[in-house]
Amino acid sequence: MSAPAIVARGLSRRFGDFTAVDRVSFEVEQGEIFGYLGANGAGKSTTIRMLIGLLAPSGGSATVAGHDIATAPDAVKASIGYMSQKFSLYLDLPVMENLLFFGAAYGLEGRALRLRAEELLEQVDLGGQGHLTTGDLPGGLRQRLALASSLIHRPRLVFLDEPTAGVDPVARRVFWRLIRELAAQGTTVFVTTHYLDEAEYCRRIGLMVDGRLVALDTPAGLKRTWVPDRVLVARGRGLAAAAEALRRTPGVQAVAPFGAALHLRVDAARLDGPAVAAALAAAGAVAPEVEEAAPTLEDVFLAVVDRGGQAVAP
Amino acid sequence: MPPAVLTPGGAAIEARGLVRRFGAVEALAGLTFRVERGELYGLIGPDGAGKTTAIRAVAGLLEPDQGEARVLGLDPLRDPAVRERLGLMPQQYSLYRDLTVGENLQFFARLSALPRAVFRERSERLLGITRLAPFTGRRADQLSGGMYKKLALACALLHQPEVLLLDEPTNGVDPVSRRELWALLHEFVEGGMAVVISTPYMDEAERCHRVGLVHRGRLLLEGAPEKLLAAYQAEGHPHPAFEELFIHEIEGAAA
Repeated sequence: MSAPAIVARGLSRRFGDFTAVDRVSFEVEQGEIFGYLGANGAGKSTTIRMLIGLLAPSGGSATVAGHDIATAPDAVKASIGYMSQKFSLYLDLPVMENLLFFGAAYGLEGRALRLRAEELLEQVDLGGQGHLTTGDLPGGLRQRLALASSLIHRPRLVFLDEPTAGVDPVARRVFWRLIRELAAQGTTVFVTTHYLDEAEYCRRIGLMVDGRLVALDTPAGLKRTWVPDRVLVARGRGLAAAAEALRRTPGVQAVAPFGAALHLRVDAARLDGPAVAAALAAAGAVAPEVEEAAPTLEDVFLAVVDRGGQAVAP
Repeated sequence: MPPAVLTPGGAAIEARGLVRRFGAVEALAGLTFRVERGELYGLIGPDGAGKTTAIRAVAGLLEPDQGEARVLGLDPLRDPAVRERLGLMPQQYSLYRDLTVGENLQFFARLSALPRAVFRERSERLLGITRLAPFTGRRADQLSGGMYKKLALACALLHQPEVLLLDEPTNGVDPVSRRELWALLHEFVEGGMAVVISTPYMDEAERCHRVGLVHRGRLLLEGAPEKLLAAYQAEGHPHPAFEELFIHEIEGAAA
C-alpha cells in the first residue's frame, strides 16, 4: 500500500471569532478522485488553501504528497497542481505562451518545457492550437488550458476548486473525461463542485457543513445513509397551489417545484406514491400522477444540510 | 409570419428577429422569442451562443442591428418607463466591495426607494434564502465567489420588478441556495412576474416553464422541458436526461 496522498488531522482555521474550518480529519488515497462538497461559506476553499500551503492552520495538522503543510509549505506547493475558482491565465498571450510561463515559474526551461507543453496540449484536446490568443478561446477551452497549466510540472496530486463553474454541459463532459484519464494514470484529484451530477464521478465525497466535515463516503454509501426517505416526482395541473398544503402534511420532508412538476422527499414509513397523489388531489390538484425516483446526490446534500449535519439514527 | 401586434396588454417580453454583429461575429442571427406574464423562461445554450447578448438587447443595453425587442409593450431602448418595471442581473454584477453585505442591501433598497418596512421584511427573507444572514457584517470583497453572487441576486430581487432578467445567476452558487432561489422565483412568477433566466445547469433548465435552446444566435429548439424530453424519447432514446438532449441537439446542429 502506498502512503495516502493527503492526511488531515483535526485541521482548523479561525478568522477572529469565526471558525471557518473546524477540526477536519480525512485521508485521500493516491489516484483517487475525491469530491469536496458544501454550501458557499462552508469552508471548502479555506481547507484547500491550507492544504496547498497558502494559509497556515490555526490547529491540527496535515501532510500533502508526503510533506507537512506547517513545516514544509514550499515543498507542498512544488509537488501539487492547483486550479482556482478564478483561474489566472494571461488572456492577451497565445495559449502556448501561457503554458511556458507557468512552466518557467516551476523552474522548467528550454526544449524539455516546450515538449511538456505540447504533450499537455494534446492531452487536453488543444493539440495544434498553441498559437491562438487565449482571450479568443471559448470558456470550455480556456478551462482546459487552465487545467493543463496546473499540470505542467507533472504533480502527482491536483486541487481543482470549482473548475466547471459556468461551463456548458458539452464542455463539462469533456473536462470530466480528462479528469478520469488523469486519475486512471495515477494522479490524485481533489475537486470541489456545486454540480452534484459531476460529484457522481468521484470515488468518495466529503461533505462540509459550517466548517465541519459531517459525511464522508462513496456516492452510493451517502445515499443509503442520508436518504432513507422516499423520493417522488408529481405531475399534473394545479400542483403549485397544492404544494403548500402538501408541505404541512405529516411525513413530507421536502417539496420543490421543478418546472411544471414537484419533487418530493417523504418519510418512507409513513407515505408512498398513492398516498401523496391522494393528498395532492385533496388539495386541489387535477389528476396528479406520482412516481418514485432514485435519490440523487442533491437529495443527499439537501438532507445533510437540513439536518445541520446530524446523522440519522440507524 | 405576420408581424405580432405589440400592445401593452400583450406579452411581457417580445423579441423579434434580433440580429447583432460584433465585427465578424454574428452574436444574434435572427433570434425570436416571447415570454408571457407569469412565465419562467430559460435561455440555454453553449458558451458563446448569444444568450448574454439576447438579454442585453431585451434590457435595452444594446441596440440590435435588425429586429426589435419590447418589454411590457414598451421599447426598452427609448422608453425610460421600462427602467422601473424591469430588473436585470448581469453576469458581472457590481456591488460595493468596501461595503458589508447589509450595507449593500440597504444601498440598493434606497436606489429603488423601497419603504423601510418592506425593505426589512424582504431583506430578512432574502438573507435567509441565500444563507447570508450570518455574514451581514462581512465586506463584499471578503465573500467567496458563490456568496458574492448570492448577494448580487438578493440586491437584484429587492424591488420585485414586473419583468426580471437573470444572466447565469447561479454560477458558483451551492445546491441548497439554488433550490431555495428557484422556489422563490416560482413564487414570483405565480404572482405574475415574467422571468428570463440563462443557465448552463441543465437541471435548472428543467425547472423552467419553457426553455429556448440558443445556438449560433438563433433558437434551435423551444418548448416545455417535459414535452421536449417526451419528443426526444419518442425518437427512440429511452430515459433521456435533459443534458443528453442538449448535447444531441448541439452536436446535430454542428454536423
